[in-house]
Amino acid sequence: MASSFSTLKTIQPFCFSTTTTRSQQKSTLPTTNSSFFGSNNKLHKSFNSFSPSTNRLRSAVVAVSDVVKEKKLKTSASTSNLLITKEEGLVLYEDMVLGRVFEDMCAQMYYRGKMYGFVHLYNGQEAVSTGFIKLLKKEDCVVSTYRDHVHALSKGVSARAVMSELFAKKTGVCRGQGGSMHMFSKEHNLLGGFAFIGEGIPVATGAAFTSKYRREVLKEDCDEVTLAFFGDGTCNNGQFFECLNMAQLWKLPIVFVVENNLWAIGMSHLRATSDPAIYKKGPAFGMPGVLVDGMDVLKVREVAKEAIGRARRGEGPSLIECETYRFRGHSLADPDELRDAGEKNHYGARDPIVALKKYVLENNLASESDLKAIDKKIEELVEEAVEFADASPYPSREQLLENVFADPKGFGIGPDGKYRCEDPKFTQGTAQV
Amino acid sequence: MLGTLWHKVFSSGVSSSSVIGQSLQRIRPSFSATRSYASTSTGKEMTVRDALNSALDEEMSADPTVFVMGEEVGEYQGAYKITKGLLDKYGPERVVDTPITEAGFTGIGVGAAYHGLRPVVEFMTFNFSMQAIDHIINSAAKSNYMSAGQISVPIVFRGPNGAAAGVGAQHSQCYAAWFGSCPGLKVLAPYSSEDARGLLKAAIRDPDPVVFLENELLYGESFPISAEALDSSFSLPIGKAKIEREGKDVTIVAYSKMVGYALQAAERLSKEGISAEVINLRSIRPLDRRAINASVRKTNRLVTVEEGFPQHGVGAEICASVVEESFEYLDAPVERISGADVPMPYAADLERLAVPQVEDIVRAAKRACFRAK
Ligand SMILES: Cc1ncc(C[n+]2csc(CCOP(=O)(O)OP(=O)(O)O)c2C)c(N)n1
Ligand SMILES: [Mg+2]
Repeated sequence: MASSFSTLKTIQPFCFSTTTTRSQQKSTLPTTNSSFFGSNNKLHKSFNSFSPSTNRLRSAVVAVSDVVKEKKLKTSASTSNLLITKEEGLVLYEDMVLGRVFEDMCAQMYYRGKMYGFVHLYNGQEAVSTGFIKLLKKEDCVVSTYRDHVHALSKGVSARAVMSELFAKKTGVCRGQGGSMHMFSKEHNLLGGFAFIGEGIPVATGAAFTSKYRREVLKEDCDEVTLAFFGDGTCNNGQFFECLNMAQLWKLPIVFVVENNLWAIGMSHLRATSDPAIYKKGPAFGMPGVLVDGMDVLKVREVAKEAIGRARRGEGPSLIECETYRFRGHSLADPDELRDAGEKNHYGARDPIVALKKYVLENNLASESDLKAIDKKIEELVEEAVEFADASPYPSREQLLENVFADPKGFGIGPDGKYRCEDPKFTQGTAQV
Repeated sequence: MLGTLWHKVFSSGVSSSSVIGQSLQRIRPSFSATRSYASTSTGKEMTVRDALNSALDEEMSADPTVFVMGEEVGEYQGAYKITKGLLDKYGPERVVDTPITEAGFTGIGVGAAYHGLRPVVEFMTFNFSMQAIDHIINSAAKSNYMSAGQISVPIVFRGPNGAAAGVGAQHSQCYAAWFGSCPGLKVLAPYSSEDARGLLKAAIRDPDPVVFLENELLYGESFPISAEALDSSFSLPIGKAKIEREGKDVTIVAYSKMVGYALQAAERLSKEGISAEVINLRSIRPLDRRAINASVRKTNRLVTVEEGFPQHGVGAEICASVVEESFEYLDAPVERISGADVPMPYAADLERLAVPQVEDIVRAAKRACFRAK
C-alpha cells in the first residue's frame, strides 16, 4: 500500500514531478502591465493562462494525482485497483448529496426569510468535507469556519439539528443561539464554526495539543486527530503560519485542510498572495504539503488517509491544499460579480458529485437506481428536516441569559445580597442584568 | 422579523439596504424641522453611504498622502460599497486591496502614518479590528506620547461597528467603550449624513489616530443635508456633541444608530407631554462632558442609550461625569440603557431583547420623570 505519499514522512526536501493541476498552472503569476499591488481587473480572469513551472519545487510536496496514479499501477487485479468498495462509494455519494441538497434548501429557505444573517453555502466543495471527515472516528475533532453546515453534516450532526439552528429554533444544534456561522456539537467533537478568518486554526491546534497531552502526560489511550478547515484567503493570515510552526514544532496530531476555492469574497487568490501554491508552505515549516484535486473525492480521500494516518501515529501534522471551487457567491448576499463566467463554467464542469457518480457507474460499483434511491432518500431527509425545523419552537425569553457562563453566578451578586441568578425573576429582565 | 428583511450586506446597490434600514427603524422623524442642521437648507438628502464615500473622495483628491487600504475596498468596491468608485478614480496605488490579515495591514497603516502618509484603514467590520487591536492601541495610540511628540500618527481606522442583524455573537458588537477607554485615540461615531461627512473629513485631517465607528444599518439611510455640509471644505469639530432636539424635561444622550431611536422616543414622549432633549454625542472620545452636563443642569434628568455592553460602558462614563459635575442638579436616578450583558444571540426574538429598543428609552425617560410605575 506504500504510495509516494509515504515519502512525506521525511521532511527532507524532495523533488517530485507533478501532473497538471490548477495550482501548478498558476504557480507563477503572470506579468501584468499594472503591477502595483497587483490590482488589475484582468488578472483574476486569466486563471487558465499560467505557465507551469513546478519542477523547481524542492520540498516534500507532491501532487496527489501521482499518488493515485501510482496506486493504480501497483495494483493489478481488475477489481482491486478500485479506490473504494461499493459500500464506501455509497457512503461518500450519500454524504456529498446530503451536503448539496441541504445547501440548496438553505438558499430557498433564506430567500423565504426562514433564516437570515450571513449564510455561506458549500456547493461545489463537497468532496473536501466528505473526503476527509468520513474517514474520522467520532472522537476526532473538526474545526470549521463560517462555511460550516456541511462539515457539521459530514461529522454526523443531524440535518434536523443544523436546519433548526438556521431557523433559529430551540431544537437547533446550538438552540438558535449560534446561527449559520457558529455550529458547535460537543457530542460530535465539532469544535465550532468560527466567523473570523484564521481564528479556527489555533483553536484546532489547541485541540490537537490536548490529544497529545492526554496521550503523553495523562497517559491516556488517545489517538485522536483534529482537522482544521479553512480557505485560501485565510492562508495569508498570521495565525495560519503561527500554527504551522507550533504544530510541527510539537508534532501535533492535526491536518490543516485548505479549501482553495480561488476566491476570498471578491479577492482573487492570485491577487492576495505572493506565492499562490499554498501547499508549499508546509515544507517551509518542515511538514509535508500536498496538493490535491479537491473536486475528486477519491483523490481527496487518498490524501486524507495518509495525512490522518500520520497524525494518528504521532508523526505530526500535514498541510493539504484542496483545489476546489464554490458554485455560489461568497454568501447568499454576495452579488458575485467579479468571478468570470468562463471560470465558473470550467469548475462547474468538474462537479465533484457528477464525477463520483460517473466513477461509481463506470466501475459497476452501483447502479443508476442505487444512486437514485440515495438522491430520493436525501431529498426526503432534507425536506423532513425543514418540516421539523419549521414546527419547532423558537427559543423562549429566558434563554437569553442561560449560557453566558458555565456557572451563572458569573452574573454576580444582586442588591439583596444573593447571586443574581438565584433571583426567580432573573431571566425575566433582559438589559437590566 | 429583522432577519426576514435582511438581505443586503454585500449587495452592490444602495437600494436594498435602505429598504432594510427603514424597516428596522423609521429614521427620518417628522420633526426634522427642529434639527439644527448647518444653516442653509437645500431640501437635499444624502445617504450615510454617499456621505462617507464623498468625504473619502474629497479628502483623497485634496491630499495625495491620503490612501485607503483594507479588504475588498478596491475591485469589490467595498464590502458595504463605501469605497465605491474610488479604485477607478485613484487607482490601485491609493485604493489598496489587502489580504485578510488585519494585524498585518493595520500595522502597515500605522507605519505609513509614522512616516508621512495619511492612511484610512477600513475594517470590513470593527469586529475584525480585534485581530489588529494591538496596533491600534499599542502602535497607533501611544507613539506620540512615547516619542515625546516626535512621531504623530495621522491614521483613521474606519468601518461598521455595533449590532448588525441576524449575524450572531461574533459579528454584532459595539466597540465604542473599548476604544473609548484608550488614551491617545480619538473615537468618533456619526449618526446622520452630515455627521458622517463632517466627522470623516475631520478625522482624515486630524494629526492623531482616529477610530471611526460607522453603523451598517445606517448606511442606506437618507438624511437632509445642507449646502454648507456639501461643501468640500466642510468638517465638524472633534469632541463636540450636537443637540439634535431641544427639550426641557429629560436629557437623552446617545450615539450612532441609537440617536435615531432617541429621536423616535422623544417624539413619542412629546405626545405624552414630556419634552426630551436629545444629545448626539458624535465623539466618544474626547467626550463632550460640557454639553452633557449643561443639558442635565437644565432638564435635571438623564437617560443614556448605547448598544454596547452595560459594564464599563459609554453610559457608565457619562453617569460618572454627571455625578461628578452635576450631582446636585439631578432630580432622579440616572437611567442607563445598554445592550444586554450577553453575547449577541442569533435568534431574532432574543436578539431584539438584547439590544435597546425605542420602548426601552420611552419607559426609562418616563421613569426618570416619575411618570411610570
Ligand atoms: C478577521 C476577519 N477579517 C475579515 C473577515 C471577513 N471575511 C469573511 S469570509 C472572508 C473571505 C475568506 O476567504 P477564504 O479564506 O478563501 O474562505 P472562503 O470564504 O473562500 O471559504 C472575509 C474577508 C472575517 N470573517 N474575519
Ligand atoms: Mg476562498
